[in-house]
Parts: sequence; C-alpha cells; structure tokens
Amino acid sequence: MSHHLVEVKDLQYRYPDGTAALNGISFLLTHGEAAAIIGANGAGKSTLLLHLNGCLMPQTGEVRIGGLPLNKDTLAHVRRTVGMVFQDPDDQLFMPIVYDDVAFGPLNLGLPPAEVDQLVNASLATVGASHLKDRPPYRLSGGEKRAVAIAAVLAMSPDILVMDEPSAALDPKTRRQLIELLHTFKHTRIIATHDLDLVLDLCSRTIILKDGRVAADGPTLEILQNQELLDSCNLEKPLCLQGCPVCGAKSGAIV
Amino acid sequence: MGNIETSLLNIGYLETLSYQQTPLQRLDPRVKLLTTLVFIIAVVSFGKYEITGLIPFVIYPVALIAVGDLPPAYLARKILLAAPFAFFIGIFNPLLDRTILVHLGPVAISGGWVSFASIMLRFCLTVSAALILIAATGLNAVCLALDKLGAPRAFVMQLLFLYRYIFVLTDEALRLVRARALRSFQGRGLGLKVFSFMIGQLLLRTLARARRIHLAMLSRGFAGRIHLLRPLHLGGRDVLFLLGWSTLFVLLRWYNIPHLLGNLAAELIG
Repeated sequence: MSHHLVEVKDLQYRYPDGTAALNGISFLLTHGEAAAIIGANGAGKSTLLLHLNGCLMPQTGEVRIGGLPLNKDTLAHVRRTVGMVFQDPDDQLFMPIVYDDVAFGPLNLGLPPAEVDQLVNASLATVGASHLKDRPPYRLSGGEKRAVAIAAVLAMSPDILVMDEPSAALDPKTRRQLIELLHTFKHTRIIATHDLDLVLDLCSRTIILKDGRVAADGPTLEILQNQELLDSCNLEKPLCLQGCPVCGAKSGAIV
Repeated sequence: MGNIETSLLNIGYLETLSYQQTPLQRLDPRVKLLTTLVFIIAVVSFGKYEITGLIPFVIYPVALIAVGDLPPAYLARKILLAAPFAFFIGIFNPLLDRTILVHLGPVAISGGWVSFASIMLRFCLTVSAALILIAATGLNAVCLALDKLGAPRAFVMQLLFLYRYIFVLTDEALRLVRARALRSFQGRGLGLKVFSFMIGQLLLRTLARARRIHLAMLSRGFAGRIHLLRPLHLGGRDVLFLLGWSTLFVLLRWYNIPHLLGNLAAELIG
C-alpha cells in the first residue's frame, strides 16, 4: 500500500443552496504523479480540492487517500498526508509571524520543539524564504506570501500536495521560480489552475472538469492539443502551443 | 479616503518602532507589560479631584520615549486621535459639579473643571503608556507575554487574529470605498443606503474569509489549541526594570511629591 495514492470514486456534492457542484467524479492518481485539474469557472475544481483533505466530506461516493477511505476517523491522518495550499495566501498565513505560521502544523502534530524548529528552518530554506522568518505575513509581497504558504505545508511533511491556483497573481519571474520549485518536489501533486502553460511545464497528466464531471483525463500533451475538446470546455490552447504572433507561423508542433 | 489609509499605515509604523534595538526594546515583554499595568493602576486609583499627585508620573513616558528612541510628536498625534473619547466622558463634569473648589485670584474653579482636568491628565498618561508599550514591544510580543502570564488562551488568540486581519479587512473596506467613489457622481451613490449595503457586503466577505481561514487551520491539524514556540528569558535587568518602576509608582501614589516639595519650600521661606 502506497501512502501517495489518491483515489476518487463517483464523488458527488451538492451545496446547501441546491447547486450541484460535483456530479460523479472518478480518478486514480499514483505515486509521485503530477496531475492538473483544469476547467471553466464553476466547473467544480475548488469543490473537488476541498474533498481531498476532508474540508468537505463526500455526500455520495468515496475519496481514498493512501488506501484509507476519507471519513471522520481517518480525518487527522488524511490531513497529515495531504498538504493543501490555498488560493489566497492571506487565508493560509493566519499567524502573526512567518515562523509561527510555518510551525503551526508541526506543533499541532505534537512534534518536540527542537524538531519543529528544524523542520521550520528546512521548509523555509526549501522555498528560499529563510530571510522572512521574523516578518509579519501582511508585510510580505504576493510571491513571498505564496512561498511561505508552501513552506507552511511542507513543514508537515505531506506525501501529497494539493494546490489551488498556485500561480495566480504572481509576476512572470516569480511564477517561473514557483514552477522550478514545484519541479523539484517528489510528492504526488494535484494542481487546480487556469494557467495552462504551467500545466504543460509541470504535469504529465491532465483532468478536465466540466459541469462537475470529468470531461477528459489523460496525458497533458494529448489533451492540450485537442482543440475541439478545449473549446467545448471553455478552455484554450496554452500560449506556447499557439501560433507565433510575430512570424505568423502556425504552431502546434511540440519539441 | 486618504485619511483612513495613512492612519492605518501609521499603526504599522508603531509596530516597526518595536524592531529597533535599544535597551528598552530588548527588555522581556512580560516585564514591560506588568510595569505598564502597575503604572495604569497607580494612575487611575487616585481620587477624582487629584491633579498635582499625577504630575510626577509624567516621568515614566518621558523616560521611556528617551531611552526607546520613540518619536514624541507621532505618539502625541496618536493620543490626540483617541482624545475625543475621554473628552466626552469628562466634559459633563463642569456642568454637573459646580461646587467651588479652588480660587485662583479672582477666578473661581468648580470641582467639575478640576475633575475634568484630572480625567484628561489620566487619559494622556495611561494612553501614552499603552502606546509606548506597543511601540517598545510590538503587539505580538505583548500577546505572547499575556499568554505566558496566564491570560485566557481564547482572549490572547482573539487579539492575535484581530491584529493579523485588521490590515486585510481594512484593505477590503478600502477597495469597496474606492470602487464606489469611482462610479459615484455629484454625490449620487454616496448615500447612507449604499453605505449600509457596503457594510453588509463587508460582513459577508469577512465571514467567508473566516470560513476559509478556519479550513486552512483544520488542514494543518488545528484541534482547538494554538501552540506558540518562543521561549522568553527573564534577566537581571528585566527584574530591575519592573521593581524599580513599580516601587517608584507606589511611592508616587502614596506620597504627593509636589505637595511635599511645596510644604518644604513654605517651611524654608517661613
């Protein structure tokens, strides 16, 4: 049994106001796989992510993390296994000082202070944010906040990383650094995003959601070149697969 | 809305002052917190007509401003900002309490005016002490000190969260205000009705954010208790600071120094 497995079986979810967000989603991710969840606004991406670490509980269907079904008894274990990076770092960095925030998770896991200190320093070093240790989060730039939010999750040593729009609101350079950082991770990664170029760079597999269903699931390159499929899901080819605006060359060829 | 913006930036400035490295900033936060408390208790425990006895207490803020390298003009502005509250608490005293207490030459001063002056003086002393505490310690360290001194955890956490999110919240409010201003012309759209919608909107957004924060906390194993990992060390200088000032405050509370000096002078002259 691998700790890195993520399995979703016929997952359905209806919000209290009656909106059906998920209408039967199934997929299986294996060890170390990097998968992108893409789809139009309101396709159910965020709702799906919230199920992966038990922020929402399945109403129908099942979520299994590392072979264990997600339910009240396994919740603590699942949350330790699945690290969730939220879309707005301001929601995630709630402690007054960066150091405290990164230490929050490990301390809740009951690790001894010396070990927590080590973990915090190591995680901050991984994302290149050691110098921000004593700063209050509201004083950080968008990119710095994102880096610290990722460090805060890494400090819990999760096997699976779930990210909601990691590249949103980042400048191009910072976005590039983030992509390189995510490249170095060995975790099973699930990334919900509209940034299809990032998907092309990072994820070998892509799952398209449409109206709470899986519209396509397969190798990223194949899916992102399927013009018809992308059109029907309110998506567009990644820029680097589109024609060059200067030389006017039709593209689509991939190196 | 430039005013709200700048005054909030100034709160941040108060915090930056606490990053300075002077002997005052280096003191243990618990010691500063306790000393401030003793100071405030001593000041507010005077009788309602007391003025002369309060004056020597000015030495505490003055000394701390000097040692901590804090900007007096900035602190004075902050005190002024809060002054209306004390002013309206005290301003009815002269109307209600008309017994003549003091004659300054031909001018008779009623008890109401004396107690009003006393209220304003106490207000300046206590508020400046509190501001200096924050400027010399930083609110986070004050919260940590409260926690270590055994204040209820829930209360400390509320304070920390308030301080963490006040900036986010005001940012959100500012964006609302700006968005309205950009689409309001000739005073239309600036009425109370729209304002009440905005307040409601802000509340809903705040609730939504609170929900997301809670989820983020749960995702990282929050189970009702927040652990803080920062040891504090009490040194000889800290103890000296606490005991020295506290003794002074107690002495000043019990012996009216200006009064004694006045008597002494009178005796010498007589």
